Amino acid sequence: MSARIRESRGQEMVLTAVVAVVIVLLSLLPMLCLIKEIVAPGGVLSTVAVEAGLRSPATWIATWHTLVVGIGGTLLAVLSGTLVAVLVSLTDMRGRSALVLCYVMPLMIAPQVTALAWLQLFGPASPFLKLFGAAPPLGTKNPLYSTSGIILLLGVQYGPLVFLLVRAGLRKLPRELVEAARAGGANWFTVLVTIVLPLMTPSIMTAAALAFVSCVGNFGIPAFLGIPANYLVLPTLIYQKLAGGGPAVLGETAFLSVLIGIIAMAGILAQEVTSRRRDYRISSTSLPAEPYELGRWRQIVQAGMWLLIMLVLVLPLFGLVLTSLVPGYGIALTAKTATLDNYRFVLFEHDAANRAFFNSFWLSIAAAFFAVIVAVPVGYLIAWGKQRWVRLLNLSVELPYALPGVVLAIASLLLFLRPIPLTGIQLYNTVWIILYAYLARFLVLALRPTISGYHQIDRALEEAAQVAGAGLFTRMRTIVFPLVAPAAIAGGLLIFMTALSELTVSALLWSSGSETIGVVMFSFEQGGDSNYAAAMSVITVAVTFMLMLVTNLLAPHLPSGVLPWRD
Amino acid sequence: MARLTLDHVTKSFADFDAVKDVSIDVGDGEFLAVLGPSGCGKTTLLRLVAGFEKVTSGEIRIGGDVVSNSGGSVAPEKRRVGIVFQNYALWPHMSVAENIGYSLKVARLDKAVARQKVEDALALVNLQGLGERRPANLSGGQRQRVALARCLVAAPSLVLFDEPLANLDVHLRASMEDEFAAFHKRTGTTIVYITHDQAEAMALADRIAVMDHGRLAQLATPRELYHEPANEMVASFISQGILLPADVLTGEEGGHCKVRVLGRELVVRCRPGERPRAAARLCCRSADIEISADASGFDGLVKRAVYQGGAARIEFVPAAGPDLTLHFEQPDPVVLESGAQARLRIKSGWLIPATGTARDDAG
Ligand SMILES: Nc1ncnc2c1ncn2[C@@H]1O[C@H](COP(=O)(O)OP(=O)(O)OP(=O)(O)O)[C@@H](O)[C@H]1O
Ligand SMILES: [Mg+2]
Repeated sequence: MSARIRESRGQEMVLTAVVAVVIVLLSLLPMLCLIKEIVAPGGVLSTVAVEAGLRSPATWIATWHTLVVGIGGTLLAVLSGTLVAVLVSLTDMRGRSALVLCYVMPLMIAPQVTALAWLQLFGPASPFLKLFGAAPPLGTKNPLYSTSGIILLLGVQYGPLVFLLVRAGLRKLPRELVEAARAGGANWFTVLVTIVLPLMTPSIMTAAALAFVSCVGNFGIPAFLGIPANYLVLPTLIYQKLAGGGPAVLGETAFLSVLIGIIAMAGILAQEVTSRRRDYRISSTSLPAEPYELGRWRQIVQAGMWLLIMLVLVLPLFGLVLTSLVPGYGIALTAKTATLDNYRFVLFEHDAANRAFFNSFWLSIAAAFFAVIVAVPVGYLIAWGKQRWVRLLNLSVELPYALPGVVLAIASLLLFLRPIPLTGIQLYNTVWIILYAYLARFLVLALRPTISGYHQIDRALEEAAQVAGAGLFTRMRTIVFPLVAPAAIAGGLLIFMTALSELTVSALLWSSGSETIGVVMFSFEQGGDSNYAAAMSVITVAVTFMLMLVTNLLAPHLPSGVLPWRD
Repeated sequence: MARLTLDHVTKSFADFDAVKDVSIDVGDGEFLAVLGPSGCGKTTLLRLVAGFEKVTSGEIRIGGDVVSNSGGSVAPEKRRVGIVFQNYALWPHMSVAENIGYSLKVARLDKAVARQKVEDALALVNLQGLGERRPANLSGGQRQRVALARCLVAAPSLVLFDEPLANLDVHLRASMEDEFAAFHKRTGTTIVYITHDQAEAMALADRIAVMDHGRLAQLATPRELYHEPANEMVASFISQGILLPADVLTGEEGGHCKVRVLGRELVVRCRPGERPRAAARLCCRSADIEISADASGFDGLVKRAVYQGGAARIEFVPAAGPDLTLHFEQPDPVVLESGAQARLRIKSGWLIPATGTARDDAG
């Protein structure tokens, strides 16, 4: 009897302990390390790093720039995302799922690819503009190398993020609330302004906070658009310092990365404070409202939406493909000049690019695989566990993802700069440090769908197995894992897609031999070889699309909302 | 005040008819209850009237104006109907006063006038002084009153209620019922009131429309519905009527005719013009059944006896019709027990009309 109790307790404790170790390693340790470096570099309390950072004018300029593009990008994303969400959710527009798929796509494309694609579209060398002979003369400055260019692309990149959250909110809006207003004499526009949007403020606020954190932490877009114009934001400033100074400047960059962290947290806190005052919890299981009939406006709205898709998705990708087919900078694309040489070069000839494809693929697979394996027990504890500390657990897993990637990258550097104590293993300057950072950063992408998977499963299924005599590990293996596997695997695929062309983390952590696709793309672009960068981008975008299609096959087994691009 | 007319209204969702060929004429100032089992299309009917759904065919007129037909539909905000939802549908981001004053604000009424009207509406539903509260801080009954006040403040000519009391407890229900009745008397507004509670419908309504599978089964006064159900569905739905096979032996005379039921002959009420026929149906209520020792009774077995305090509900299977079940109440002292043999008599009943269709007495 007591032996059996001990056995089941034991299994539970092993599970809890393993989860705790993983969380400490991946999330708490790097953050603590970062804070220690700021407060007490080298083990002695000191404010030198902070003071040096505060004194440097570059810090303040970059902070100002970060705020400008962060707030500008957020505003644009919130406006466009909310508008699209309202039109898609509340009107009788046709072709909704295709539209959602296309509109959400930029979210699945790496920011630096977006940046590259837009640059190719409007620059003087643009093969697209050359098709019409509309390209500005060579040597003209690309209009996107500017503050407004960065804001525009941040808005394009994160508008879909806002869209997804607001749309989820609108789906939960009970139709009676809208209908009561209409019966009270309000027309559709009045209902929208006085009822729908006020009720959606919590969703919009959450979305704005998320968009703000993403904009502030974004590296790819300001790196491609800002560095050429010498317009530095905090992440690119950190990159430049680290690229120039190496480990010697780690203390300084640690301060800067904490600064980004603080700005991001300020955004989240602002959202918390405003939404605490406006907690309109809607608790109803009613049907969503009947779509508003646009009537003769329908064609116009539909045309407008597809025009938007053309602008934010089709044209940039088209520009990207065109560039990847041009033999060299500034050459016009004709049937004669079109070539696949760029693809051949990056796939077979260029050593670093070769290594990058290899590295990125196995890093993404490893990160995805690991995350799926870990997400199942962690999700189990969070969704079904009875302990009180699970909320904290959830929070600490979210932290590395909620904070900008630069913060995690610097933290990883600090953590592994010296060999790991006792073992003497050196991760710094190897590909393993990138893997570590990926694991920490992306775990939550698999965890979230897994948790919603758990919430959809009737706990009784597991309890039935328990009654049948199965121990915790047996239940996990035979009952729980098969049930949540689709959700966890979908999360894994999301991780693979995100990690494949990841740049922010690897730009700070790479070393010769451990290049990633993002890094090589970036160095091609910086070296003026846009054609090679475009070819690599096209390949990753194609892989992403293919994976999205494959993931769609899982859709019938998934909780709704796991695949962002599915309506 | 307005008259509401539904003229052969049909509403289909895909290939499923939620409302089928329903014609109802609600008079000016009338209180009409719509009654029916779950899923029979009551809410859909209401939403058609309010304009939230479009009719598939047929026509709806409010106060003489066509508001819906297959050609088009007047927008809900132009119909001047008030609606009270089952889940209240109060806007959580507005105070009680803002909720109530919403339609006045939308109509751009003068602020002072609007404030006065809101005060009056609050007084009307006995909620003075609660204007600044948020709906979340109100009890269920208070929310229901706010919803009522919100719908009344614009003085709509037609008020629609969708099971307004379904979420309230029994006591609150009774007092709200009184308030609805008083409100109707005071304002004389035309009301369409959906409920699945027969007692509520009987207590409040001038007439009741019983719906079944999207069709109008019968439209009649509460008294008529109880005593003279037009078809088997209404007969069994209202107060658990008992249906028994019967042969009509004589033609109607003075509202009565002679029938044979379970092998016994008796005189029952019927429609004018009934003729002798076989395979008719008799509707009787538990009050029509009594224990009898003489030759007019029929034998059978007590299947179940459930004591309910002061009386027992007896379920009885007659020997002449083993697949029928009759139920009635025996007051204390209860002598019948399950398994016992007994002899019962039917005192009276109502002969279900042969056509089985609703008699349109809307006039
Ligand atoms: N938007 C819709 N699409 C498809 N079917 C619908 C829709 N709305 C209602 N129905 C169907 O129409 C039928 C009638 O629904 P309705 O809501 O009118 O029933 P009800 O009489 O109000 O039921 P209850 O008493 O349970 O509220 C139901 O079978 C329902 O499933
Ligand atoms: Mg209903």
